[in-house]
Amino acid sequence: MNLVVCIKQVPDTETQIKVGADGKSINMDDIKWVMNPYDEFGVEEALRIKADKGGDVIVVGAGPKRVTEALRTALAMGADKAILIEDEGLYGADPIFVGKLLAKAIEPLNPDIVFFGQRAVDDDCGLASSSVAEALGMPQLAVIVKQELDGDTIKVQRPVEGQTNVLSTKLPVCLTAQKGLNEPRYASLPGIMKAKKKPLEVKTLADLGVERDDKIEIAAINPPPERAPGKVIQGETPEELAVNLAKALREEAKVI
Amino acid sequence: MDFELSMEQEILRRTVRSFAEKEIAPVARELDEKEEFSLETCRSMGELGLFGMVVSEEYGGQGMDYVSYIIAVEELARVDGSHAATVAAGNSLGIGPLLYYGSEAQKRKYLPKLCTGRSLWGFGLTEPNAGSDAGGARTTAVLDGDEWVINGSKIFITNASAPNSLGVTVMARTGTREDGRGAELSCILVERGTRGFTAREMHGKMMWRSSNTSELYFDDCRVPRENLLGQRGKGFHQMLETLDAGRLSIGAMGLGGAQGAYELAMRYAKEREQFGRPISSFQINAFKLADMAMEIEAARLLLYKACWLKDRHQPFGKLAAMAKLYCSEVMGRVASQAVQLHGGYGLMKEYNVERFFRDQKLLTIGEGTSEIQRLVIARLIGAI
Repeated sequence: MNLVVCIKQVPDTETQIKVGADGKSINMDDIKWVMNPYDEFGVEEALRIKADKGGDVIVVGAGPKRVTEALRTALAMGADKAILIEDEGLYGADPIFVGKLLAKAIEPLNPDIVFFGQRAVDDDCGLASSSVAEALGMPQLAVIVKQELDGDTIKVQRPVEGQTNVLSTKLPVCLTAQKGLNEPRYASLPGIMKAKKKPLEVKTLADLGVERDDKIEIAAINPPPERAPGKVIQGETPEELAVNLAKALREEAKVI
Repeated sequence: MDFELSMEQEILRRTVRSFAEKEIAPVARELDEKEEFSLETCRSMGELGLFGMVVSEEYGGQGMDYVSYIIAVEELARVDGSHAATVAAGNSLGIGPLLYYGSEAQKRKYLPKLCTGRSLWGFGLTEPNAGSDAGGARTTAVLDGDEWVINGSKIFITNASAPNSLGVTVMARTGTREDGRGAELSCILVERGTRGFTAREMHGKMMWRSSNTSELYFDDCRVPRENLLGQRGKGFHQMLETLDAGRLSIGAMGLGGAQGAYELAMRYAKEREQFGRPISSFQINAFKLADMAMEIEAARLLLYKACWLKDRHQPFGKLAAMAKLYCSEVMGRVASQAVQLHGGYGLMKEYNVERFFRDQKLLTIGEGTSEIQRLVIARLIGAI
């Protein structure tokens, strides 16, 4: 079974994001980069399928050289091989384009399942997986919390507003992982040492015969508004406090 | 000069940090309060690969360098001193002497088990009347035919009486030195369950309450002659070398503990408001945080340099003593100010920072007091 997991490297969720000087990118000076947390569920699920049914787990990432670290982390978790599509300018690219690019690298791997995280926690788009599914002519089962493989049929569960959709299709398929699918393993210390010797292939856009073809670009990034300081309602008696509160809500906050 | 860690070291740091936050942080306070060693967390630390980090794969270890080991201890200590102690003592004091001085047979027998973390090994050095004066040990081992007969006692021995403790290395007098100046000291391996050997868990500790600390009693305890570790009469030398390396892991506990206390203080000072402002915005508090950040950075550079020297097989004893001393004193200052920044809440267990305040005190006492470190450094710089 050929199991492919696409990995995006994103800022550590504890990083304080600052808008860059150009107003349409983030300031990357002090950022620690990690594997997108939803992608970890994808790596874990692929490793579990491998343990059960056999096969190879190949992780694929696109972006600057630093993405190597996220791929090595997946190798340390137990993946067999990694492919990095290295390009310094890819971070922040149109996700539909990134999907087409990934598809070019994935197609020759002849995948049975292509895993994604349900979205990346940096831009929250969740589009690259659909783009890959489209480019490779695969069905896409998105935001899943459970999967069962039976021969070439896969059945998945997808939570929808407190209910669960059960969907099924034939392989090959593109899946996107939601929290709850599994509990990702740690990259163990022996795993980290083994990962050093695992193959990591680097390709360029030119190697894949792809040129930048972004249909959208980021026009601006605005930081969230600063939280206004709280206001303490003054008053001597409960009645007076209530009157002043109502007044503030009506006249200042304009919510009633 | 290159201050960059390798990619493997970065991945390792992230792995251990995430493990410590998810697996240890949720149970640390309760284990501390109950003064209870956890077999479960010990096992999961073993499964992650935290024991035998610098041991080659041949004996079941991870084959990593010393910087990596120290990063792992630092990240554990950032969350909990007791668990960092179990790992630091397990590697430096339990596994270390067996790895460096053990015969091939001894290494094959013990290291694979110890490297899984399913078994622990203690290092019996300190005695009730021999602390800083370790050479004044009274425990004796007398050769009787093909057996050593050991008598005496040891105290404050980490990892020696846990449910999974497998045995101890014990330093004992085996005669008088050839030059007639003092005792001949040797290290001998004693397995748990040997008749005449008792390991008793010590309770009532101020710090490291969920690490295992023991008193050891040897009462006509007989072990085979081949349980001698390395050469007869080399015990004192082995002990000094073991402590040199052990100092690096104590340094890592100081560094990691300081980092953990600093992060707690920073978070609290930004959230806590007094006089209508976060208390971190008052210069007197902001300067405390600035001092903490500066001292932690200096401590990290000193410790990593000592490890870097060791990895390059260069003399590292002086820097190891400096790093042990400095990192433990930095944690003392940082933890104290971190509690201060928390005000009344800092005195409550619920806020965790008080555990860092207690745990730091061991570091200026264990594996060579700050006074002894200053003596070691003073000798190495030629002052005395």
